[in-house]
Amino acid sequence: MKRLINLHPQPTTAWILALLPFAMVVLGYVVASDLRLAENPNDKLLPSFATIYDAIVRLAFTEDKRSGEFLFWLDTWASLQRLGIAVLVSALMGLIIGIGNGLIPLLRAPFSSFIAVISMVPPMAILPVLFIVFGLGELSKVMLIVLGTAPFIARDIQQRVMEIPAEQIIKAQTLQANSWQIAIRVILPQVMPRLIDAVRLSLGAAWLFLIAAEAIASTEGLGYRIFLVRRYMAMDVILPYVVWITLLAFVADIGLRAVSKVCFPWYHRGGV
Amino acid sequence: MSFIDVKNVWKTYQDQVVLENINLKVKKGEFVTIVGASGCGKSTFLRMLLGQDVPSRGHIYCDGQVLRDEPDEKRGIVFQRYSVFPHLTVLQNVVLGTELAGNRYLGKLWGRKKRAAIDEARALLAAVGLQPSENKYPHELSGGMQQRLALAQSLIKKPQMLLLDEPFGALDPGIRADMHELVLTLWRESGTTIFMVTHDLKEGFYLGTRLLVFDKMRHDPHAPGRFGAGITYDLPIGKTERQLYQAIKQDVVTTERIAEKHRA
Repeated sequence: MKRLINLHPQPTTAWILALLPFAMVVLGYVVASDLRLAENPNDKLLPSFATIYDAIVRLAFTEDKRSGEFLFWLDTWASLQRLGIAVLVSALMGLIIGIGNGLIPLLRAPFSSFIAVISMVPPMAILPVLFIVFGLGELSKVMLIVLGTAPFIARDIQQRVMEIPAEQIIKAQTLQANSWQIAIRVILPQVMPRLIDAVRLSLGAAWLFLIAAEAIASTEGLGYRIFLVRRYMAMDVILPYVVWITLLAFVADIGLRAVSKVCFPWYHRGGV
Repeated sequence: MSFIDVKNVWKTYQDQVVLENINLKVKKGEFVTIVGASGCGKSTFLRMLLGQDVPSRGHIYCDGQVLRDEPDEKRGIVFQRYSVFPHLTVLQNVVLGTELAGNRYLGKLWGRKKRAAIDEARALLAAVGLQPSENKYPHELSGGMQQRLALAQSLIKKPQMLLLDEPFGALDPGIRADMHELVLTLWRESGTTIFMVTHDLKEGFYLGTRLLVFDKMRHDPHAPGRFGAGITYDLPIGKTERQLYQAIKQDVVTTERIAEKHRA
């Protein structure tokens, strides 16, 4: 018998094993739900799949009686828009600040520790300040996500820039590059895949801030809906929304990884 | 007048003397190899020639002018590793030098200028034997091929001097012999002045026109940083004998051992 650490599953077995936990969760839910519903058919805590399906049809494929909108898609679009704009702004800010701090000592001296301190401010703690300063509209929600993720991305990019071997920077200078050219021809292309990594890592936090902001002040959005229907203990709506958010996050993560692999083949290598 | 003139150069870091009183004249087109034990300031000296480091005392003159204190296109460099850009293909790595000079804002060329730059780069790639790999990325190349690429990349700028910092230290012995041939050929064709630091005494002894040995002349067992290294041998290559080789080897190994003891 080999040691445990040397036992590897076959490819097919690996797939089955990967799906197993999901199947277990679904099965556990069905059993628990059936047990509770058998005792009390009006139980709201663990609705049956049929009830959940009805809720999905009601929200996603039927016009809302009051507004005439498809609430599920309205919420999805509103949330994705906020998240998308905020993440783009964050990535851009993080990239510019990170490259500046990483490459130029005269920028690093004043701003590096400043950014480090800013990144320690808990964004949720200053959410009220954002609402007061930027109002209850879209801007404050986007700002919350930006404040929560941009400093992290900036620090990560700064670190990555400083990890680029000094030999390369010197070599570029001997090839007649000025500072700007070094930034855009040597540093920028090399940190782009790392920026994608940083964005992937910060997406979790971005969703957290998005849902928090929507829960507090919003009129549509995935987070808003979840917190709205919580008052009626509408688990039949909350559960599919949570699954949908998870799926969106998962797809975003896979998508970013795929983009990175296609655009930066040299980055995904065995190593020099 | 000599091309490179090193006058009374000292290099100290805090109370550690690395190089003391270096004086050296080098003519245009010489191929100078520098050997010595680790910590004897070979690389420090090369960094000063490059402009990455400045002398603590004294000056280095090039064509009568004090060397600029930052790297520039007059001085090419090949390091032991990381000399090429991993995100560019072989061809792009070589074209880069022309592109950076041709467009000061974007560092990119298009159209006729780009085609001319590519033609020039291809000629150099052919000279170093890399033309079949022009569309590969550096990580797809072997160590020796990466160093060939680094040489071609530097030579596109036609530098007045080419600095090689243990360029073949990480290569297999067989590959190293090929690289020696290549460097000698490129040196003859380009007529550039080469300074090569090497850890391999034999390499230093048989490559180039002139051998410099950096070594500590005095050791203070209680303060290893008290005395720096100087140039202990300055020999024209070709007139060297086996006995001398053994003597230098003995010196270098002794210094290496003493340094090792201090580190331990």
